[in-house]
Amino acid sequence: MATSANFKRPGGGVAASIPLMGRAEEPTIFDLSVAKRRASSLRSSGVDQVDPRTVLPATMLRDEPPALPEVSERDLVGHFTRLSARQYSVDLGAYPLGSCTMKYNPKFADAVAAMPGISQVHPHTPVSFAQGWLEIMVTLESWICEITGMAAATLQPAAGAAGELTGLLIMAHYHQRHGGRRSKVIIPDSAHGTNPASVTLAGYEAVTVPSNDRGLVDLEQLDKVLGEDVAGMMLTNPNTLGLFEEEIAEITARVHAVGGLMYYDGANLNAILGVSRPGDMGFDIVHSNLHKTFATPHGGGGPGAGPVAVSERLREFLPGPRATLIDDEDGVRYVWKTPEFSIGRVHGFYGNAVVLARALAYMMYHGGPGLADVARYAVLNANWLRAQIAQHYEIAFPQLCMHEFVASAAQLKKRYGVRALDIAKGMIEEGFHSPTVYFPLVVDEALMMEPTETESPQTLRALADALMRLAEAATSSDGQEWLHNAPSTTPVGRVDEALAARKPRLTFDQASNRPV
Amino acid sequence: MELPKELKYTADHEWVKLDGGRVWVGITDYAQDALGDIVFVGLPKVGDTCSAGSSIAEVESTKSVSDIYAPVSGEVVSVNEALLENPEILNSDPYDGGWICEISVTDLSAVDALLDSDAYQALIA
Repeated sequence: MATSANFKRPGGGVAASIPLMGRAEEPTIFDLSVAKRRASSLRSSGVDQVDPRTVLPATMLRDEPPALPEVSERDLVGHFTRLSARQYSVDLGAYPLGSCTMKYNPKFADAVAAMPGISQVHPHTPVSFAQGWLEIMVTLESWICEITGMAAATLQPAAGAAGELTGLLIMAHYHQRHGGRRSKVIIPDSAHGTNPASVTLAGYEAVTVPSNDRGLVDLEQLDKVLGEDVAGMMLTNPNTLGLFEEEIAEITARVHAVGGLMYYDGANLNAILGVSRPGDMGFDIVHSNLHKTFATPHGGGGPGAGPVAVSERLREFLPGPRATLIDDEDGVRYVWKTPEFSIGRVHGFYGNAVVLARALAYMMYHGGPGLADVARYAVLNANWLRAQIAQHYEIAFPQLCMHEFVASAAQLKKRYGVRALDIAKGMIEEGFHSPTVYFPLVVDEALMMEPTETESPQTLRALADALMRLAEAATSSDGQEWLHNAPSTTPVGRVDEALAARKPRLTFDQASNRPV
Repeated sequence: MELPKELKYTADHEWVKLDGGRVWVGITDYAQDALGDIVFVGLPKVGDTCSAGSSIAEVESTKSVSDIYAPVSGEVVSVNEALLENPEILNSDPYDGGWICEISVTDLSAVDALLDSDAYQALIA
C-alpha cells in the first residue's frame, strides 16, 4: 500500500521546469509528500467539530488515517501544471483522432456552464426553486428530438456507452411488454467495440453481419440473420468507415418487418447534424454523445452525456424522472415525472447536468442552420484531407466520405516495414495529435482521420503536408529508423505499449516491473 | 511466413494438428503477425464442449481483441496455461509453444475437411 512512511527520498518538490524539457522525470504526487504539509487550511465554519468515533459505527472507522500525499499548494500546482504542459490537447492544436470527434470547444459554452445560476444549484434544491434548470432540460430535450427526429428523450445517461445500455434496456422492456422472446441483436462488423459489449451486458447475443466490398451493410447477409428472435439492430450512420449507409431505409424496413427495433449509435452524429435525421431513416432509439458533438472537452475520462431519444411507441419506457412542463390548477410549471413503464434510473439525480447546459448553449448559439454548417464543414474538411493524401496512403473505400475516413499504411508496411503505429508516432513529431490506428478492424493498418469542422484550411494543409512527409520518410532507411523511434523530441519518447499491457504497473510503488 | 505442411488450417487463421483422436489448436504465423503484440489470452476451461465455428478463446493485442473459433466440434481436454503469464509466446512460437488448447474430436473426418497448407497459403496471399 502507498504510505508516506515508505519513502526513501526526502520528498518535497523543486519548483523548476526541468521535467518539461525532458531532462528529468516528473515525480509522482506521492514523491512530493512531506509529513504535515498542507495545500489549504480550512477556516472555522462556526459549526462544532465532532469526533467521528462518537457518531459512526466501529466497523466503518479506519485503524489509521489514509496514506494521502501531503503537499504544499506551491508543489501541487507546480506538479499538475508541469504535467499538463507535457500533454497535447484540443486547445493546443489539431486532434484528428478518428471516431472521437475531438473538435475545438468554444469558450462561450464554458462561460455559460460556469454561471452561478447553473453551476451552483444543488440537485436537492426544491423543484419550485429550480425551474430554470428544468426549463434548460426540457428545452435541450426538444432540440435533441428535433435534431434526431425522435419523440422524447432521457438526459440521464452518463456518456455514449451508458446511452447504449439504456437504449438496449428500453428495447428489452418494450419486447417484454409485447410478449416477444427475442435473444439477438445484429451489429455490423465495422461497429464500435462498445456495441457488442453493451448488447452482452443487456443480456442479448451479439450477431455480426459482414460489410460488402463498398464498406456498407451487406443486405443479403443481413437477410440470413434476420428472424423472429432478433430484438433489434445497432447501427452507426455514417458508419465507422466514415461512409453513409445508402440503403438505410431498406435496412430499417427489413429489421422492422421481423419485429425488431433499430438503434442508432450517435457517435458520428457530427456528420449529419441539421442535414438528415435518424428518425427519418427509420430508427427507433438514438443516443447522442453531447460531449463529442456539442462542445464539452472530453477524452480525459469525462464527464460526458449520452441522452437517449426514442420514437413515440417507446416514450413510456424512458428512464425517469424527466423534467416536464405541465399546466393544471396550480398553474404552468415544470415538474419531475416518471414514465409509466420506465426502466428506472440510469444515473444519480439528473445526469451530468453541466454538460447538458453546455450542449444547449452550443445548439442555441449556432441555431439550426449553424448546426447544419457544422456538419457540412466537417464533411468538407474530411474529404479535402482524404483527397490530399490519397497519393501517399491507400484509401480503404474511395467513395465520398462523411466526417471521417480510413487510410491504410498496408503498402508502407509491406514495402518499407513502416506501420500505421509508426506514422501515428511520427505525427506527434510533426506537432499534431495522432490519428486513430488499427480501427476499424476491417481495414489493415488503419489510420482513421477526423479533422472536424473546427480546423482552418491552413491547418488542414499542414496536416496533409505532415502526412505526406511521413510517407516519404518511410522510403529511406534513415527515415525508417527515425519513424521506428518516433517521437524523439518529446519529454517521453516511444513507450513499450505491449509491456505496459502485459505487465501493467498500476500504482507508483508496485514492486514488480519497476526498472532495475 | 511459416506454414508447416503437416498442419491443417481454417479460414479464420487457426491451425490444427491431429494427434490420435485429439487435435492441438493454435493461431497461424499470419494471424499473430496481423494481430501484433499479443498482451492477453483468455483460455477455455478443460471439459468445455465446443461446436465447430463457436468461440473458444480470445486473444487481445495492442490493436484489438479477437475471438478464436473451434476448428472442429469436441471437448476441451487441456489448455496451455503458460499463455496466461506469457502471452507473447503466441508471437514468438505460434506453432509449438503457442498452442492454445487440445480438443478431443467428435468426428475425425471434420479434420480432413479443413484447409491444407497450400489452400491456406492461397487464402492469405
